[in-house]
Amino acid sequence: MEILMAILIGILFMTATYLMLSKSLLRIIIGTGLLSHGAHLLLLTMGSLKRGAAPLLGEHAEAYVDPLPQALILTAIVISFGVTAFFLVLAYRAYQELGTDNMDRLRGKEGHE
Amino acid sequence: MKTNDVILQTVTKFTLFVIILFSIHLFFAGHYYPGGGFIGGLMTSGAIVLLLLAFDIKTVKAILPIDYIKVIAIGLLFSIGTGAGALILDMPFLTHAFTYVDLPLLGKTSLHTAVLFDTGVFLVVIGVTMTIIQTIGESE
Amino acid sequence: MNNLIILPILIPLITGVILIFFSKKILAQRWISAISSILTIIAAVLLVNHVYKNGIQTMDVSNWEAPYGITLVSDMLSALLVLTTSVIALAALFYSFKSIGIEREKFYYYPVVNFLLVGVNGAFTTGDIFNLFVFFEVMLMSSYVLMVLGGTKIQLRESIKYILVNVISSALFVIAVAYLYSVVGTLNMAHISVRISEIGNAGIITIIAVLFLIVFGLKGAIFPLYFWLPGSYYAPPAPIMALFGALLTKVGVYSITRTYTLFFYHDAGYTHQLLQILAIMTIIAGVIGAIAYLDIKKIIIYNIIVAVGVILFGVSVLTQESLTGSIFYLIHDMNIKAALFLLVGIIIRITGTSDLDKISGLLHRYPGLGWTFFIAALALAGIPPLSGFAGKLMIVRAGFEVESYVGAGIVLMSSLLVLFSVMKIFIKGFWGAPRAYKGEEDAPVKWLLFGPALLTAFAVLYGVGTEAIYPVISMAAETLANPEIYINAVLKE
Repeated sequence: MEILMAILIGILFMTATYLMLSKSLLRIIIGTGLLSHGAHLLLLTMGSLKRGAAPLLGEHAEAYVDPLPQALILTAIVISFGVTAFFLVLAYRAYQELGTDNMDRLRGKEGHE
Repeated sequence: MKTNDVILQTVTKFTLFVIILFSIHLFFAGHYYPGGGFIGGLMTSGAIVLLLLAFDIKTVKAILPIDYIKVIAIGLLFSIGTGAGALILDMPFLTHAFTYVDLPLLGKTSLHTAVLFDTGVFLVVIGVTMTIIQTIGESE
Repeated sequence: MNNLIILPILIPLITGVILIFFSKKILAQRWISAISSILTIIAAVLLVNHVYKNGIQTMDVSNWEAPYGITLVSDMLSALLVLTTSVIALAALFYSFKSIGIEREKFYYYPVVNFLLVGVNGAFTTGDIFNLFVFFEVMLMSSYVLMVLGGTKIQLRESIKYILVNVISSALFVIAVAYLYSVVGTLNMAHISVRISEIGNAGIITIIAVLFLIVFGLKGAIFPLYFWLPGSYYAPPAPIMALFGALLTKVGVYSITRTYTLFFYHDAGYTHQLLQILAIMTIIAGVIGAIAYLDIKKIIIYNIIVAVGVILFGVSVLTQESLTGSIFYLIHDMNIKAALFLLVGIIIRITGTSDLDKISGLLHRYPGLGWTFFIAALALAGIPPLSGFAGKLMIVRAGFEVESYVGAGIVLMSSLLVLFSVMKIFIKGFWGAPRAYKGEEDAPVKWLLFGPALLTAFAVLYGVGTEAIYPVISMAAETLANPEIYINAVLKE
């Protein structure tokens, strides 16, 4: 299972890198989304994958899962949700103001408005 | 852009309440089972987004004249207030208290300050989601 | 258990929330944020005093005992940095009152600044590696908003790049924490340190150490990861620039210092050597930038990079003396960078340009501004008896002691070149024939000068009173040099 997850995470990172290297701003944002998905899955996998009952409730199950990675992922998801949303709004505003979503044309020289 | 989707609008009028009730259920279930303030809040804002899709921003604003940034602030106040309440009692920040009471109809019920904290989360999530969607949606 | 620790985090947080309700009443916003930042300073002073008398203070949030819950830990280093942050925040706020503009003030400027302080103070105080990530994100989210607030074209363009860089580094942070968790199975920093000592010098720990260096290096702008900094910090107005330049990179530097003294000191031959090389390269790259540009903002921005290199060189040497020097220099640099950015902001406000070729003779009309800038510039370069001197002296001496002559020599050389780069501003901008500038009539120079003058006075006191401050700083360095102190205080064994 871990190996399968590792491959999946690898594919996610690969796609994310590819998308982030492209010129279109929207693709870059999708890339960052995939990157954080990969990171979250990695966090889950690294906390070891196993079957078990929910921790802290009841004391009679054979095995319990580690609650910590789940809590961490939830936090990380909320944060990346917020950042991605902000990034999207910003990209939209930038597109309206600057009239382009091409990163090449967003380069800009110093002191250039 | 004015749309007039009769089917969507009619369905929305019914499902809206189902979704909101379900989100409230999720919110209260969250203490022991999957659910909680974040998920409940997302689902409630999902309901409002459905409303936005079926009608348009102006109509929805007339129905729900809410400043969502204020909703975020109220939610934060709830959460921080719950946490800071512990400071007054000279306990560490965010320490929560709970008790069991027998209520009529409901029977034995546990009361937690964590619920107040979660109410804050619920409001913050609604506020944030709706602010984002309005910001993008308004400029059309 | 001590609730004093959380006050520097909680006060700005509550203030920020309350200010949202007053978004249209600017006067109320100014008063509330000024009062709250004074309260934060008081709380921070009490905290420093308390830590000085009673040793490291910890607080288990929501009463979950360490290492199971999130613990806030305030050792001397944290407490001092929190105090410095609060003072800088007050100066920047005072500066903002008359310069940031009604539009920004109405658009939640003060709440966001307060949330930024929550993130910074939280990152300095937390004793949990994942909580550090969360406070990083609070800080970064606020910095995104501050950077784009106002919405000029250059701001939009630069903040896209800034956000992209930081999103990637946040993902790397999560990955690094995931690896660390899979190896040690805990998140409490003191507990991590114990577990790593049990494992000892393992290859995987070294890899994680380097990964953390990349993550914090991106935030702290070390070579070669500083590429985003000159462009991004150039865009926002002066008080925001001061907050960013003084606080954000320093949080990265603090995190490197913390992790490299508390966790990753077992394979110092590799990790600290790497850190040392990168620190030296950072100094060189920063100095080249500071000398090359004729733009006052750029010169000061590149000086941030130089300072990051100097501090990290001290950390990489890893002796008690070098750490003391680094902490001395860290606090000095936060303070003086904020002052310089605000002073540069005043110059730009008066002249309407940041191009040195178009400025001259300011000393004639604005002697107060000129001499404050002069003192701040000398302090930045580390001229005795001002504040930069003691720290640099200790770092260099410690460098020579461990026979790292190249590094120590470069640190020494860099002071000269830094002096040259800021004196360039003084000579070209303040001397020469006075000119007429467009912003001259309405610039409230006296009011604006209050913040930077306060910080410069602080720098002079910090330098003159080195002898008096030394025991406090060496107490902070002692905790860094001996991780057991920190571990025992948190885990209470």
